[in-house]
Order: sequence, then C-alpha cells, then structure tokens
Amino acid sequence: MGYNTKYNNPSTNRKLTLWEKLYLPEVIRGLLTTFKHIFRPKFTRQYPEERWDPPASFRGRPVLVMEENGSERCVACGLCSRVCPPLAIEVRASETEQLKERYPVVFEINMLRCIFCGFCEEVCPEEAIIMSKDYELVFRDPSEGIFGKDKLLVPKAELKERLDFLAEMRN
Amino acid sequence: MVIEALIKIAIVLLVVLTAVSYTVLLERWVSAWVQDRIGPNRVGPLGLLQPLADVLKLLLKEDIEPMMAQKWFHWVAPVISISVAFSVLAIIPFGHSLTIGSTIIPLTIAPNINIGVLMLVALTSVGVYGITLAGWSSGSKYSLLGGIRSSAQMISYELTLGLGLLSVVMLSGSLDLNAIINSQSAGLWNIIRAPIGFLLFFVSSFAETNRQPFDLPEAEPELVGGYHTEYSSMKFALFFLAEYANMITASSVITVLFLGGWHVPFADQLGLPALAMSIVGILGFVLKVLGLLFIFIWVRWSIPRFRYDQLMNLGWKVLLPLGIVNIILTALEKIYLVN
Repeated sequence: MGYNTKYNNPSTNRKLTLWEKLYLPEVIRGLLTTFKHIFRPKFTRQYPEERWDPPASFRGRPVLVMEENGSERCVACGLCSRVCPPLAIEVRASETEQLKERYPVVFEINMLRCIFCGFCEEVCPEEAIIMSKDYELVFRDPSEGIFGKDKLLVPKAELKERLDFLAEMRN
Repeated sequence: MVIEALIKIAIVLLVVLTAVSYTVLLERWVSAWVQDRIGPNRVGPLGLLQPLADVLKLLLKEDIEPMMAQKWFHWVAPVISISVAFSVLAIIPFGHSLTIGSTIIPLTIAPNINIGVLMLVALTSVGVYGITLAGWSSGSKYSLLGGIRSSAQMISYELTLGLGLLSVVMLSGSLDLNAIINSQSAGLWNIIRAPIGFLLFFVSSFAETNRQPFDLPEAEPELVGGYHTEYSSMKFALFFLAEYANMITASSVITVLFLGGWHVPFADQLGLPALAMSIVGILGFVLKVLGLLFIFIWVRWSIPRFRYDQLMNLGWKVLLPLGIVNIILTALEKIYLVN
C-alpha cells in the first residue's frame, strides 16, 4: 500500500481537457517556451577570460598569513596538523631570537589530500592559517601537489577580506 | 551524361557531408541556446571549426568489436545505414535546371525518374535494416532492444508516412517529384492544400529519422545508446552521420512534397534571367531545408520522449485513422475544390 500514491494524487493526476488531449496545441506551447529561451541572457561564464571572484566566505586553498615584516604569523603549535582530517599538513617547529620565539621551519600542505574543510583555520589560535579565494589548483605531477612555505605564505594585505570576514564572524 | 552525373554526385555528396557536420554543430548550438547556454565557441571563429575537431576525435578512437558480435553483420550495418541515407538524395530535385549556353542540366542526380515518390518510400524503408542489423549483430541486450524497437516503430510509422504522402500524390496526380513541384508552383503549396497530410508526414518523419520525441531505438536513459551501444570509432561515426543525413534527406523530402521544392513565391515576377532564376530556386530550396532542420532540432530540445506504448498508441490509434480519413477528405477536395 502506498507505493502508488504519486499517481493517485489528485493534484498530479487531473483529467486533461479536450484542448490538452489534442496534444498539438500543447506541443506548440512547449515549442514557444523553448523558443523564448533562445533569446534569454545566457548563464555561461567564459571561464579562462571571465573569472569568478568568490565571496569572502569562500573556502579556497588554505594559505599562511605573512606579516608586513615578511615573517609568518604561525607559531608552529601544530594544532592544524593535529585537526586535519585527511592528515594533509606537516609542521616542524624551530626557535628564533625574535620576540615571537617559535616559527615553522617546514610547513607543508599536501594539496592532493586537502579537502578544504577549513578546520585548520578554525582551530588556529593565531589566525595564521586561513582559507583563501584561490580555487585554481593545477599540478602536472603528484609531487607538485605538496605546497611548501614558498607557495603558502601570502602577504596580509591580500588576505584582508577574509581576515575581516573572520573577525566579524567570530565576534 | 555519365560525367555530368558523376560531377553532380560529387557536388551533392560534398555539400551534404559538410552540411551534416554543421547540422551537428547547429544541434549543439540550439540545444545550448534553449537551455540558456552559449554552446561550442572555442574551436575556430565562433566555434565554426568544431565539426573538424569532432570528426578528428571520432577518427582517432579505437575501433572495438565486441566478442559476442556477429562480425560481418556488425560491420555491414553502418554501411547500410549510411548508404540508404545518401541514396535518397539521388532523386531529390535541388533546383529547376541550370542552363549554361545551350545545354540544360537538370538539377537532380538521377533526372526523369517518373516514380520518384515510390522510389523514395522504397529507399527510406530499407533504412530500418541497418539499425535492426546493428542491434541484432552487436550481441548485446541493449542493442537488441534498440533494434527491435526501431523495427516496430519504423514499420508502424511507415504506414502513416505513406498515407500522408498519398494525399500529395492524389493532389498532383503524379509520382514524379518534378511534376509534384510544378503542380505546387502553379497553384498553392501542398502544406496549404493538404495540411493534415503534411502533419502526418512531418510527425512520422520524426519517427523515421529516430529523432526525439520518437528516438526510442537509442533512448539513452534506458538503452544506453540503443542499437549503437556496441559501436565505436568510425563505425559509430557512420551511424551518427546517417542519423543527421537522414534528417537532411527528410527535410529535403518534406520541402519537395509540401513546401514547393525550389519554388520561391513571386520570384518569377521579378523578371530575372534564367540562370539567376535557377540560383534563386536553389537558394530557396536550401533555406527551406535549413528551416526544417532547425524545427527538427528545436522539437528535440522541447518535447520529452514518448513511452513505447504511447508511441504505438499514437501511431496506430491516432495517426493511422487520421491518415485514412485524410485520404477521403483529400479525394473530396480534389473533386469539389481543385477540379
């Protein structure tokens, strides 16, 4: 019982009028509908030329925030590495003579493993690793998929939108 | 005579093969436009070289022959399909005639066939063999189902096709395609004189060419690809070509039978020289065929596929009786209106 309810439903199974039963007028009505669509504005984005600027809430590839003086914000606590569900992040810590003593000697994200969940960003106490707008990731070789500090560090100024967004959402 | 015919065959084949590949492009464009997309526009200016890329891709594919296939029939099926699709073009008059100097060249590959309509029906009905053979010889259930469906569908709709055609033959009193065109250019086009006949012929043309909404032999969602599921590379390309060539032949046949062929209304009042007149005629013919092709494509992207039983219902319970009634009506029209 009940498996056929869709077809017994009076709202979907009404009797057709004679005009509709003739079929041809309805066919022509359908044709006119599709004909109108030919002149509608198109939804297609001409991708390589026309790029999409994602909103600040977009979770693109994770990046490290680079301060104005060129050093990273990261203190190499390793929380991101710990929380990362696909185990994509590797952090190796070291010490400096500066005020902020700890820094990562090695910070690598395997972009072939990353699932863009944003947990690293959420767990980071320093707001040092955040999600960027970058959604174009191309490698020719699996080894290119492992991003080191050279690719991960992005100047703070370029990430302003996301940092503002985070500041707003966290308060 | 022979050389003249060979030249005409070469020209027609060249034009039609190009037209076929561009019909595929048109199909993709119209489908895109109807769905609010842009369509292919990357290969060449405006995407006009897309057919070239398509052909190249098909040529470079591996030709796979299924283990269970009947080798010879599997090979010969696409050949039958394509040759039937093109052979119909031999009897289509593309224009009145070309007068160069003192020689008059009739613009048909095989001129002066006085049973053109009969030949047309005979040739188009052979087309079902290609599809059925393909379905049976592939050794796959999907293909077999597609083949069976196509034979059932084509046989049912051949009747309606014939009945629609009969009204044209009755009105013009001849089986000669040129005589049919002449009778239309003298009076009204057959689409006005026999509207029901046109409707019957048009609807069953969709079934004959396996176009949506009657593309049951190749219904993708249920039969994967239908009769051509097990085909690849050039053999598949031949079927693909045959389908679109069939569309073009069907459009030309409809143009000849119902839309006055190469007759352009009011063109003879312009007082153009004979050569210009025949060129105008050819252009008119091409334009009509293009319009019909657009309608074929447009309908495909508007109307969903029929169910198998609905198809049979429409064919046998609606179109066939309508065809028989139409014969009587056309006879009355012939007696009381035309004479």
